Amino acid sequence: MAEHIEHAAHAHAAPTGFIRKYVFSLDHKVIGIQYYFLALASVFIGMFLSLLMRIHLVWPGVSLPLIGEIKPETYLSLLTMHGTFMVFFVLTTAPQSGFGNYFLPIQIGAPDMAFPVLNMLSFWTTFLAFLVAIAAFFVEGGAPLHGWTGYPPLSAVPSAGPGEALGADLWVLSIAIFCVASLMGALNFITTVLDLRCKGMSMMRMPLTVWAWFITAILGLLAFGVLLSAGILLLLDRNLGTSFFIPGGTVVNGTLLNHKGGSPLLWQHLFWFFGHPEVYIAILPGMGVASQLLSTFSRKPIFGYKAMVYAIMAIGGLGFVVWGHHMFMSGMSPYSAFAFSLMTMAIGVPSAIKTFNWLGTIWRGRVHFDSPMLFAVGFVSLFVSGGLSGPFLAQPLLDIYLHDTFFVVAHFHLIMGVAAIFGIFAGTYYWFPKMFGRMMNEALAQAHFWLTLIGTYAIFMPMHYEGMAARPRRYSQLTEVGWLQQLTGVEKFVTYAAFITIAAQFIFVFNLFWSMFKGKKATDNPWNATTLEWTTATPPPHDNFAGVTPTVYHGPYEYSVPGAPNDFVMQTDPTPHGGHVPSEDKPLAAE
Amino acid sequence: MPASLELEKHGGGGGGRVPPPRGGDGGGARGDDAPDFRERLNRYRLGMAIGLIGVIMVFVSLTSAFIVRQGTTTRDPNTGIETVDWLPITLPTSALVLNTLLLMASSVALEMARRSLKRQYAVAEAVGDSEAQAPAPWLAISVLLGAGFLAGQLFVWSELRRRGVYLPTNPSSSFFYLLTALHGVHLLGGMIALGYAQATAWFHRSIAQRLLVVDVTGIYWHFMALLWLYIFGLFQFVK
Repeated sequence: MAEHIEHAAHAHAAPTGFIRKYVFSLDHKVIGIQYYFLALASVFIGMFLSLLMRIHLVWPGVSLPLIGEIKPETYLSLLTMHGTFMVFFVLTTAPQSGFGNYFLPIQIGAPDMAFPVLNMLSFWTTFLAFLVAIAAFFVEGGAPLHGWTGYPPLSAVPSAGPGEALGADLWVLSIAIFCVASLMGALNFITTVLDLRCKGMSMMRMPLTVWAWFITAILGLLAFGVLLSAGILLLLDRNLGTSFFIPGGTVVNGTLLNHKGGSPLLWQHLFWFFGHPEVYIAILPGMGVASQLLSTFSRKPIFGYKAMVYAIMAIGGLGFVVWGHHMFMSGMSPYSAFAFSLMTMAIGVPSAIKTFNWLGTIWRGRVHFDSPMLFAVGFVSLFVSGGLSGPFLAQPLLDIYLHDTFFVVAHFHLIMGVAAIFGIFAGTYYWFPKMFGRMMNEALAQAHFWLTLIGTYAIFMPMHYEGMAARPRRYSQLTEVGWLQQLTGVEKFVTYAAFITIAAQFIFVFNLFWSMFKGKKATDNPWNATTLEWTTATPPPHDNFAGVTPTVYHGPYEYSVPGAPNDFVMQTDPTPHGGHVPSEDKPLAAE
Repeated sequence: MPASLELEKHGGGGGGRVPPPRGGDGGGARGDDAPDFRERLNRYRLGMAIGLIGVIMVFVSLTSAFIVRQGTTTRDPNTGIETVDWLPITLPTSALVLNTLLLMASSVALEMARRSLKRQYAVAEAVGDSEAQAPAPWLAISVLLGAGFLAGQLFVWSELRRRGVYLPTNPSSSFFYLLTALHGVHLLGGMIALGYAQATAWFHRSIAQRLLVVDVTGIYWHFMALLWLYIFGLFQFVK
């Protein structure tokens, strides 16, 4: 409760010492960058693990330098930690906590988040969760084997495998800490949007990025508490002898366990009640960024602003009533399966509205294909390609066949993984000039885009066909399985594509750090965009607007307004149409 | 005029009209002083309300687990008979009722503390800090009653242990220990906040400062009292 003191102090002056300025900073911009770099470190960990898996799948016997031969249980550890790092520390962290922290307050004209100290605590709690997850690699037995979904009884019994002892405890602990951090972050985001909007910034004048972060925060607030409870129950089962999830009569390594009566399905319900909204926590901020960029780079207002807002709400709302579609295999009643199936397919409606509006936005626009725009278009492409396999999997009859195959791997990687990552890239190329005061190298950015787009399609498209050919997922080694021999060529192709795509990411990292110091100096509004972050200095001062609270007069996407002298009208422009004042009109007063 | 009509058509979210009277005005005081008291109080109340939604979700999911776990069965491998292993827990009800009364009293005392601080704040606003009368010890009373509740809960635990009911004894006892422990941890957090409010008095911080903490923690504290009634009810009526 020491917040308000700190907040008051924070309101006066920028901190001067290195520690207060860059490490334990209360400034939402610094915290946003901290989250971003945490995600960047995590994405490389996650990619490295996936590379090891791809190598193992194609050449199972090969001995790698420093790592040696990958054993089946090591493969499962790689699988688990790849999912954990990517889902929690990349897809949840960068788009929401990273960009959201940096740009949400600026875009609504606020000097900072509602609770700066809580904001700092959220980041350092997330960082603690990250350290605990890393520690799981180095304890005896190594990282856990139970997958990022942590299904019991495997995840609940320490004797179930080498990684299931201390490694699994650390994993659950890390997730629980992450939940607490995310809850604090969500609280802060929601309060900031509701309470700190500047004068004139009505809800329906907020940029769609802000809407996406706002709805995502609400999803986080409702979802992470459930995962936290599930994690606590799992820790009790693992360490204190309770039987929430472990059924009676469970025999592990020839020993009958003492537990009885628990329900593994209870975990699955709790987990997926969190897990499905989590998918939207990852993707909604990307949708916001895509909307923002498609409008800006097409020099046209977003098509159907209100429909976009309601579609975000609908996707978020429906996201809470479809968790059962992850459990069609569990033997649930066909009636519940039918209900979950129907609700799942209903998500296609708001998703189609969004896609239609994105296409409507670029239709006959004067499209500038700068790198942020390329990634935004790439996002839409991946969202459609990944989304189209959704209605297949939403049908229990098809899902029962496809569920444990690479078809599902392809589906969720395209839509939740790569599409969200493209949203992050689009945001990075778009906002980098504002964050670091310099432009990123455009030629490198274009090369990065094409390699990544083609590379990810080359990795994940063939997986659909592998899945339909019944190539199962989660198995360490299938090279000896007769009926999968015909897929060896496809498997190799996917692995080579992964090599190239991962290599292309080094172009991005080089560009990022090189441009930070050597890039061309950026102007305050290099993209001629209209939202508030482009009205302030580059990079923004400590309190975002140098003591002047902005006043908003326009919606966020007033491009190519007829009669206006420029093809964009800033949100803060007090004149009715961006400076073009017909003789009978007078500029409107601020109040 | 026609031009503004066109704006309506093209504007993303409303054209170039005069800003609506409402629309948030937080942080407006940046540059001269900290945001004023009323604004901060509202912001903290809002934050607390949203935070409580997160807390509610934790207990809602545990409730669903509680109900689901009551119905899960174990199949005997020899006979094939499915049995439910849930045995309703027998609680030391009189001790729990006493605890409940302590917590309710603590809640009332905190509300008294908030009101007396509010009066004190109004006086201080009008005639200056020095003229405001010394506060009634409601805050300390509330914290003491809260500590009494926690001690009472520990007594209930020891009573259960004396009867041989431990955390893993039965799923019902697992849930009892878990829910009371989680509730207790939440209360401890509230007590730390109230302790801080008390400390601000010793360090001669402004009355506004203290009122802010007491007001917002009050919402939390009343919520925790209701939550306790809910948990108690769960074990009394849904066993």
